[in-house]
Amino acid sequence: MQNNWDIQVRQISKSYQKVKALEGISFEVASGELFGLIGPDGAGKTTLFRILTTLLLADQGEASVQGNDVVAHYKTIRRSVGYMPGRFSLYHDLTVEENLRFFATIFGTTIEENYHLIKDIYAQIEPFKKRRAGNLSGGMKQKLALSCALIHKPKVLFLDEPTTGVDPVSRKEFWEMLKKLQEKGITILVSTPYMDEAALCDRIALIQGGKILSIDTPKAIQSQFPRKLYALSAHNRYLLLEALKSYENTKSAFPFGAFVHYSDQKDSADLDVLKTYLESKGLQDIHIVETVPSIEDTFMELVP
Amino acid sequence: MKHIEWVIEVSGLTKTFGDFTAVDAISFKVQKGEIFGFLGANGAGKTTAMKMLIGISVPTSGAARVAGYDVFTESEKVKKHIGYMSQRFALYDDLTVKENIAFFGGIYGLGKDRIQKKSKQLIEELGMESEANSLVRSLPLGWKQKLAFSVALLHDPKVVFLDEPTGGVDPITRRQFWEMIYKAAHLGTTVFVTTHYMDEAEYCDRVSMMVNGAIEALDAPHRLKEKFGVESMNEVFLKLARA
Repeated sequence: MQNNWDIQVRQISKSYQKVKALEGISFEVASGELFGLIGPDGAGKTTLFRILTTLLLADQGEASVQGNDVVAHYKTIRRSVGYMPGRFSLYHDLTVEENLRFFATIFGTTIEENYHLIKDIYAQIEPFKKRRAGNLSGGMKQKLALSCALIHKPKVLFLDEPTTGVDPVSRKEFWEMLKKLQEKGITILVSTPYMDEAALCDRIALIQGGKILSIDTPKAIQSQFPRKLYALSAHNRYLLLEALKSYENTKSAFPFGAFVHYSDQKDSADLDVLKTYLESKGLQDIHIVETVPSIEDTFMELVP
Repeated sequence: MKHIEWVIEVSGLTKTFGDFTAVDAISFKVQKGEIFGFLGANGAGKTTAMKMLIGISVPTSGAARVAGYDVFTESEKVKKHIGYMSQRFALYDDLTVKENIAFFGGIYGLGKDRIQKKSKQLIEELGMESEANSLVRSLPLGWKQKLAFSVALLHDPKVVFLDEPTGGVDPITRRQFWEMIYKAAHLGTTVFVTTHYMDEAEYCDRVSMMVNGAIEALDAPHRLKEKFGVESMNEVFLKLARA
């Protein structure tokens, strides 16, 4: 079983002057797994990616990719992984096709040789192959960057916030592409600040402030929420939220889509008492139902 | 009958670049104190439309009044009477918290006394007393965004435009940010906001959905969900934008 880990990270720490970007991070990604690093900006995701892709040295700890140590065997890793950095990584002055050819050439291959791997993705931007990369829309840049990261047929793919700033439709399409790549046997480590994307991964690590809060399957993470959770609505959400914040039994109250998610200091709330309280605060049309915690609920609960 | 005060009035607003129509005759109104979500896929024309509304891009045709001023003929007045913040640029990293407040206060023509008073009040409200003299660069992203929002409201604008204000912000800070939006709206400021978080679309009083330069749907989130027979704004978005 140990041999099946494509990525191993052990007690990795990294500081920039006084800022601790990563503190004792450890996790493993199995071969063929789609593993998500879920956390906001500043959580340390990019630092971790740069260490794993051998572009940055950790202060402490060890990491390996396909059994190759990130320090001792960095050249082997560089040849066998694909990396799509968060910031746009392509050459703006080169055309779509020139970018792709450039990346193929530096890895000693050709577009034709591995075309099958990128076909589904690249076909969508191929009509614009003579256009300079700088003039592409965000969604098209993202597809080109993914094509460039794939053109040398990597075994492990590192995607740093590939969907940040991308609309829900393009995000959904992107995740469908990732699933297809996974089916081709590629191991994928992907980071995202969008909690709803976590559900699409095999396993996830929730990360904030350089520390991992939890690692598990998305379902198991959801079930870590320790109390009953309720979804509340009323005629005025602002007043509802204000009322819940000053309620003596409140443990947590956060706006969540059309509802306010509420948890009580006791494991389960006395709903009649709660309703009477809210009515006394002038709220109308009060609805309270128990709800299933999402990954975002759990994330907020686990943040120290 | 309560008199409705429209803070944004847009009618047939259009912008073309050569033979490409980026914004295609959009019309809508937003009232005082309303939270209006301006949604659409990347490239649907949101940014172009917003640039016209904040007075930095001249429309090709149509009409629009923002905060009482005509975007064609009074764009300088529009700029003075609105607040604006975006994800990309909001504050100067190389200035301290206090310096940023003073700088933007000065830009908006607030007097010295008023800037000082506002500065003190704002820093207190945000709980940033110990960071007041720190460079903005050193603040966590979420704090920066909360500060940027407060700075955008410094001159008490009638309407504030927020362009993806919460991208990448952690879930708790994101909600604190929305509590600030609720509060501002509650106090009468109109909020015009774009976002890619569909749960945030639910926080809006009304949302519009832009597809290929045109507004394809505009209503309260619960009505849109009813209309399309779905459970979430995410599904509304997918149905409309993929159609």
